[in-house]
Amino acid sequence: MSMKATIRQVDSVVVVDISGRITLGEGCAQLRELIRDQLTKGNKRVLLNLADVTYIDSSGIGELVSAYTAVSNQGGQLKLLNLTKKVHDLLQITKLYTVFDIHDDEAKAISSFQKP
Amino acid sequence: MTSEPSVVEVTLESDLKNLEVAEEIVRRVAGTAGFGEESEHQIEMAVHESMINAIWHGNKNDASKRVWLRFEIYKDRLEIRIRDQGIGFNINDVPNPCSGENLLKVSGRGIFLIRTFMDEFHVKYLPGSGTEVTLVKRIDPAHQPKQGGTDREHESHNSTS
Repeated sequence: MSMKATIRQVDSVVVVDISGRITLGEGCAQLRELIRDQLTKGNKRVLLNLADVTYIDSSGIGELVSAYTAVSNQGGQLKLLNLTKKVHDLLQITKLYTVFDIHDDEAKAISSFQKP
Repeated sequence: MTSEPSVVEVTLESDLKNLEVAEEIVRRVAGTAGFGEESEHQIEMAVHESMINAIWHGNKNDASKRVWLRFEIYKDRLEIRIRDQGIGFNINDVPNPCSGENLLKVSGRGIFLIRTFMDEFHVKYLPGSGTEVTLVKRIDPAHQPKQGGTDREHESHNSTS
């Protein structure tokens, strides 16, 4: 199953509901394109909802890092929502858990973004 | 007394689309070997990352090349060998992705995850026939994942960059 992403706007935040696999190849490319597209549109507050991500590999983790860096470099914020246990464990193991701002409640995550 | 292992061997085209094929085989083999769900996922990820290394780095994404997988199920462990047609790599050249200067790098976490999830990891360059990595996972119901590898790792034999 490849990656699918649905984009919705909640207040000033772009919420991206991601499902499927974020792996080397199509999944990573889709995520990269999506982030680039949002930044081009001026959307610099991005919340990635990973609740339905079934598989992420080292390239997928790298793509999350890349997205985080790209948004941060534009003066924006990228946060993560609803990690599965597998994704949570991988971020712990790779010591990235403290890099990302991670939430398990969407409303609280939205309100944690700095207002424009 | 040593018993003969159950063996599963597969040859795949060097194409990323075969990652999911390999994962499906791993799940079946790991299930047969008696691993629990968490260990099964760790083995699946280790093979996935090894396959990427074989296809992408070893075989340079050349679909005319092949990747060989061999699973040996022993009573106390699962041994997995993955061989490509590349010229190998020196495992000592792989930087630690968790160190401060590498933490935000986009790549370089594959080998780290393999070492974390498996009990042993070997790399061997076979002159004339490619590079073979060996992954070993012991069958232990109390097995807990390591954090970043341990001294049980046996690093490369005759590896080359």
